[in-house]
Amino acid sequence: MTENANDLGRNTLKLVVVGHVDHGKSTVIGRLLYDTDSVNQGLVEKVRAISAETGQPFEFAFLLDAFEEERKQGITIDTTQLRFKTKARDYVIIDAPGHKEFLKNMISGASDAEAAFLVVDAGRGVEEQSRRHAHTLSLLGVEQIALIVNKMDLVSYDEKVYNQITKGIQDYLLSLGLRLTLSIPLAALLGDNVASPSKNFPWHKGPTLLEALDALTKEAADDSGLRLPLQDVYKFDDRRILAGRIESGQVKVGDRIVINPGHKLTTVVSLAAWLERDIKEAAKAGESVGLIVEDEYYNRRGEVISLVESPPIVSDRFKASIFWMGKKPLIPKRRYKLKLATSETEAEITEINHLIDSDTLAEKPSPGQVGLNEVAAVEIALNRPIPLDLFVNHKATGRFVLQDGYDVVGGGIVASVEERPPVHAGFAKGVITARCELFEEYFYHLSESMVNKIKPPKPHYAVGDKVPLRGRSFLYPDSFDIVVFRDLVAIKIRQGEVADIVTFNDYAYAGLPLINGRGFGVLVHSEAEWLKAQEEFAAMTPENEGVLAGRWLDFNAYRHIPIGGDDFSV
Amino acid sequence: MTSHLKALEAYSVFILREAYAKLGRLGLLWSIGKDSTVLLWLAKKAFFGHCPFPFIHVDTNFKIPEMIAYRDKTARELGLEMIVHQNVKALEEGMNPQMGRLTCCKALKTEALSQLTAKYGFEGLIVGVRRDEEGSRSKERIFSERGEADFWDYANQPPELWGQFKTDFPKGHHIRVHPLLQWNEIDIWRYIEEERVPVIDLYFSKNGYRYRSLGCEPCTGKIKSEALTVREIINELENTTVSERAGRAQDQEDAYAMQKLRRDGYM
Ligand SMILES: Nc1nc2c(ncn2[C@@H]2O[C@H](COP(=O)(O)OP(=O)(O)O)[C@@H](O)[C@H]2O)c(=O)[nH]1
Repeated sequence: MTENANDLGRNTLKLVVVGHVDHGKSTVIGRLLYDTDSVNQGLVEKVRAISAETGQPFEFAFLLDAFEEERKQGITIDTTQLRFKTKARDYVIIDAPGHKEFLKNMISGASDAEAAFLVVDAGRGVEEQSRRHAHTLSLLGVEQIALIVNKMDLVSYDEKVYNQITKGIQDYLLSLGLRLTLSIPLAALLGDNVASPSKNFPWHKGPTLLEALDALTKEAADDSGLRLPLQDVYKFDDRRILAGRIESGQVKVGDRIVINPGHKLTTVVSLAAWLERDIKEAAKAGESVGLIVEDEYYNRRGEVISLVESPPIVSDRFKASIFWMGKKPLIPKRRYKLKLATSETEAEITEINHLIDSDTLAEKPSPGQVGLNEVAAVEIALNRPIPLDLFVNHKATGRFVLQDGYDVVGGGIVASVEERPPVHAGFAKGVITARCELFEEYFYHLSESMVNKIKPPKPHYAVGDKVPLRGRSFLYPDSFDIVVFRDLVAIKIRQGEVADIVTFNDYAYAGLPLINGRGFGVLVHSEAEWLKAQEEFAAMTPENEGVLAGRWLDFNAYRHIPIGGDDFSV
Repeated sequence: MTSHLKALEAYSVFILREAYAKLGRLGLLWSIGKDSTVLLWLAKKAFFGHCPFPFIHVDTNFKIPEMIAYRDKTARELGLEMIVHQNVKALEEGMNPQMGRLTCCKALKTEALSQLTAKYGFEGLIVGVRRDEEGSRSKERIFSERGEADFWDYANQPPELWGQFKTDFPKGHHIRVHPLLQWNEIDIWRYIEEERVPVIDLYFSKNGYRYRSLGCEPCTGKIKSEALTVREIINELENTTVSERAGRAQDQEDAYAMQKLRRDGYM
């Protein structure tokens, strides 16, 4: 393969430019492109024509703001990405809108940046969105932040103003646990300190904008240990390929790996490729690969491959910091869809601990919901356990988005994972839990003349688990529905396995035998009877309990009471 | 390969696999040009030599004839499942560029594509557009939803972060998937050089002229060029400030022509 020696050492840095609306982000970028001859002639002419048509002076911002509405209103609506190169390396420069209304677009632009330029207008100083953007960057994991104090011409190039703004941002970042990478004064519109030092502020001994770019450091490939979320399993031919992108660490032929959830252990046999020349022994973070492994487990999208000694956490409950982008506020108990790496599951915010004020970074007590553009510390419960990590340990498997219906409405990072509180319930799917006494054995104790009960050793069942259909005192069919009136939850048993656990709201009578949480037959044979039974049990009182049991339950359908004694064991 | 091209390739492969895993019926729009030919190559890489979806060609009937010959030959050689579609009704009614370039594009490309999406029930269309091609494309998302009548609601695009793409949407809508969005023109040519991707020879100089961007014959101009090889094209691009689509007449009709075309479903 030909390697161009010049290109070999070059890398590309992704940089986002953020800041309050009108502080000059687009002008900074436009001027940078213009002064370094990086824009094509066609675009310059097009912008010159549009500026002339509307009688405005040449607007550098128009080089980026391509939408008609953006040029007419003079604002950036959506994020743009541009390519730019210096002698040292290549850049992808992302112009992110500063308008509060378009924060979600700023987030889209900034989410995969390696560094940020925060533009602050010298005349106006630090404003609401300046801080909010810095705060959001920290949640997105962008840790390298440089400050541009723009429009220095408006404050007569006063060093004191520059120092004061720099100090303000420095302190703010410190409270976020971040260090200000560098700071420069600029007058983008006039080209002061863009591509060459300005005579207007001789006091500035630091870099020009162009030099500041090259002073940023390229993020190294994430080497925090192997995380390979499965995208898919391919069987197009006789190969069975586990496909995914390595998010961190590396993998090589012969590695002992574990696939979670389920703790499936195996060994990497080879890395598959279409072309002979692409077949290799090892791959690292950022690469899209296909693994062929020794053991054939049932694998599916959402699982995470790691090295055996450092697996991810598998959990359905964690604490997180989230930022909200939804027009409708986040409310507890509402069902959202959570997407983390390639996992997708239903999620519920069980607790909003507090909101965080982006201006002061102070904690505000929770008003019970999280509104548009707000940041909050919350607790989340999932429908099922998924592999995840703390964001500080592994970025890609420690962050997630929340969806309401079709739309992404929030993003967040995993802050801590708590030990699962002990579940007393017998059946559990995330936050849906139900008590279960189906598999308890009853026997008649001769010497004491009474019925006793023995609890089985494994009282917890989740979707996919097998349940014991036959005991010494019970015999259930292969497929049936358990309806637990106490918890308003139905459990679908199919071929001896828990197929699903749903609330009564989401349950429809399926024509299969119904059995209650204690293993008694429920005398329901139609949808109508099911609705009636539900209604009557919902209204049950200690007084009519016996009547209801007599009307709806059949103890002998699946159970009998054998005579046992001290030797009776399960 | 440079680390930059490797990163672009890996991300595009990731995107293609996401589309295949998450969207229902999927097709790849193959315009015969260099970009969608690179896309074809990347699909082969993503799926280990297989292409688990059909290739779609919207044939305007005005394409440069060599393109059609090249299409049929390549499809045969690579064993591609091809869907070729024309807006027959518009052609029968005599649609042509003299009736207005934008009108013609809208009928023979946008409408044709829309007919085809509906006819085959596509949930995902993989398209080889790039951010650096022109302004409105620079604003695109990687997974971009098209609503009723293929409308692109560009002022209200959903957030796209951390490789979590738009994969949930109402029935009847579809997703345009853009795996090449973050590539630029010179990346494409460097990749073609590195990977020895076969491209149609209209891109190479004949009698002092070559095509830089391919489209319909009446609306696509050639540029002055002596470039006979991929390397020479790369050298030429390294030293130009003329935009790639300068030869594409529909872009020049009005300053926001492309934005308007694309709002209504153009690729
Ligand atoms: N005086 C002065 N005006 C500037 C400077 N930089 C930008 N502007 C003006 O500030 C306004 C907002 O700039 P723009 O780049 O659109 O801001 P954005 O909203 O942050 O992208 C425009 O009218 C610019 O011409 C500067 O250095 N000095």
